[in-house]
Parts: sequence; C-alpha cells; structure tokens
Amino acid sequence: MRRTMLFLPGNSPAILLNADTLGSDSIILDLEDAVSPTEKDSARILVRNALKYLGYKNCEIIVRINPLDTDYWKKDLDEIIPLKPDMIMPTKVSDADYVLTIDKYISELEEKYGMEQGTVKLIPLIETTLGIENAFNIAKSCPRVTAMFLGGEDLTADLHCKRTKESNEIFYSRCRMVCAARAAGIEVYDTPFTDVDDDEGLVKDAQFAKSLGFSGKASISPRHVHAINEVFSPTEAEIEHAHAVMEAIETAKAQGRGVISLNGKMIDAPIVSRAKQVLEMAAAINGGAN
Amino acid sequence: MIIKSKAVSGTMESNDIFVEIEPSQKGIEVEVQSIVFNQFGKQIEDTVKDVLNSFDVDNALVRVNDRGAVDCTIRARVETALKRAANEVK
Repeated sequence: MRRTMLFLPGNSPAILLNADTLGSDSIILDLEDAVSPTEKDSARILVRNALKYLGYKNCEIIVRINPLDTDYWKKDLDEIIPLKPDMIMPTKVSDADYVLTIDKYISELEEKYGMEQGTVKLIPLIETTLGIENAFNIAKSCPRVTAMFLGGEDLTADLHCKRTKESNEIFYSRCRMVCAARAAGIEVYDTPFTDVDDDEGLVKDAQFAKSLGFSGKASISPRHVHAINEVFSPTEAEIEHAHAVMEAIETAKAQGRGVISLNGKMIDAPIVSRAKQVLEMAAAINGGAN
Repeated sequence: MIIKSKAVSGTMESNDIFVEIEPSQKGIEVEVQSIVFNQFGKQIEDTVKDVLNSFDVDNALVRVNDRGAVDCTIRARVETALKRAANEVK
C-alpha cells in the first residue's frame, strides 16, 4: 500500500535521521534536484549509510537518482543498489529505452552483489511531454516497472505554460498517465501540491487526483502526509460496502445462484475487484504503522 | 589511500559534522570539537580513526566539528572528505 510518497533531501542528516517516523507510506530519498552538483558525492554516501545503519522499518524506501544525461546516475546506483532499496526512481524518463538502460545496469549490479534479479523495482518519474506521450510504453518496458509518477513542475516548463494551483494545464497529462498505468496493470502517483501552507487546496487537489484514478500522491512536506493519507484511505462507508459485496458473493455461491445483487444492484466483476482492493487497503492500514 | 590535497565535507547544521582533512607526514592526527564532547568525544575520534583505517590511510590530519551527528553520518562525512582529498570523487 502506498498512499503517500514523501520527498526528503538526500544530503540532510537531520531529516534522514527520522525519515521513517513521518507517517508516509513511502519516502523518496532524493539525490537529484534537492542536492547541489557539488554535493552529489556527499549525498549518495550519506544516503547509502542511512540505508545501511538506520534500519528504516515503517515505510517503503525509494531513492531518486540523477538523469541519464549526467555523470551521476551510475555512481548513484553503484552506492545504493547493494543496500536493496524497494525502488529506484529514474528522473526525466522519456521513453522505454531510457528505462531499459537503467534496468540493464541494475541487473549487472544485482548479479555482482548476488541479489535475486528484479529485487529492486522502478518507479519512473514522467516529467516531459515526450514521456507523457510514451507513458504506456514506459509502463510496459520491463517487469521492474511497478508504478509511475507524474512530475508536474518540469512538465509545465516543457509544455511552455505556467504551473497553476488549478492544474488545468496538466489535466491531459494526468489522465494519460492514469490510463497508461492502468492499461499496463501498474500503480500511478500524482505530482506534489507545492503550496505547503494551503491545507484546503491540498485536500481538494488530492481528492481530484483520487477521482481520476491515481493510487496516491507525492508530497514535498511532512505536513501534507496526514491529509493525503486520509484522502487516499477508504472511508468507513466504502469498507462497509466492500464487506457487504463479499458477503453477498459468499451467500450467492452457497445458494448456487449465478446472478448476484446487493440492495437491488447487480454485482459484477469490476465491483468485486474494487471491493477486494478496498478491503486489502483497509487491512494494510490497520496492520501497518499508519 | 594517499591524501593528496586538503578537502572538506559536511556542514555546521544540527545533526551534521564538518570534516577537514589535509596531507600530513606525521601519521594519523584527529582533532575533535563537538557540542557533546564530554559524552562522545572519544567515540567520535574512534569512529573517525576507524574510517581512516578502513581506507588504509597512514598519514592525515583530520579536524572535525561535530554538531550532534550520529555514527553513520560521521562515517559518511569522513569518507566523503577522504575521497575528495584523494581526488577519487567528482
């Protein structure tokens, strides 16, 4: 279960120290934009040591690496892969070949360190117009890709438009990303809401993302984590309905009935699938740290 | 590892440690300043020496100014400074 993904700068010891206590389902330890070019070496060594010694337990670990057009991405992977993070987030992913280049290098490192092939998953960050148009091919590029993430800030620069709180400028990109990810059978995550002081705007933006089909949302502030978790958690009514659906199915099976209805409405495969998702998420929340 | 030039790493922010390393011909010298010197001064010095030892450094002058860094941060910052001083990291 991954409702929130919280960005944390990779070169800040004070923040890394308590990274898994901030309530986020995933933390993204950032080696890219949050780290100046002169401190790339320092950040990757610090993040590697944090993973090695701090023993993060309460959340999933994602490490955002530098893009392929820099000298840093291989060095990032050299340091981080042996520590077996859950996922690597490649940045500025524009097509399937971009992902395959990273996949190949991770495979070499997994073999070198005696790790099972495919241990470390990928969550490509799509933040260019070309990446949006190639989203489905990126999603299907290799089995490591189990989720995708939309980056709205760089994307709007590439779109030659202004990033606004209303986000009309990324509506098409959001829909395209969700459709591509769902068609490929993977999860999809929405861009962060960047006004850290606008709590109402955050909830509205997260609710809209959920209504489009996003699995969760990234955050640049620990202050946003709780609100995003709430929006992307199933409500009590949804959980109750899911239980009712599953009970109706069991009753119908016991009675040998093929057609099943609940409160006068027919229950078909998509409704059952949705009910299972809701109950799985509810169980994960109740059994997890959040 | 040979220390070829002076190098620094880390910051003076809380929970971090600022490390300076420079070439020396007098073996290993470690000077520690820390906001928790009375409690952890010796432990910090031992950690710095342990990292130097793991990189086979025989001669170096190391000055650290600790702002409450945990062990893995001290190790990371010393390693970074070492690699910079040996011109191994860009």
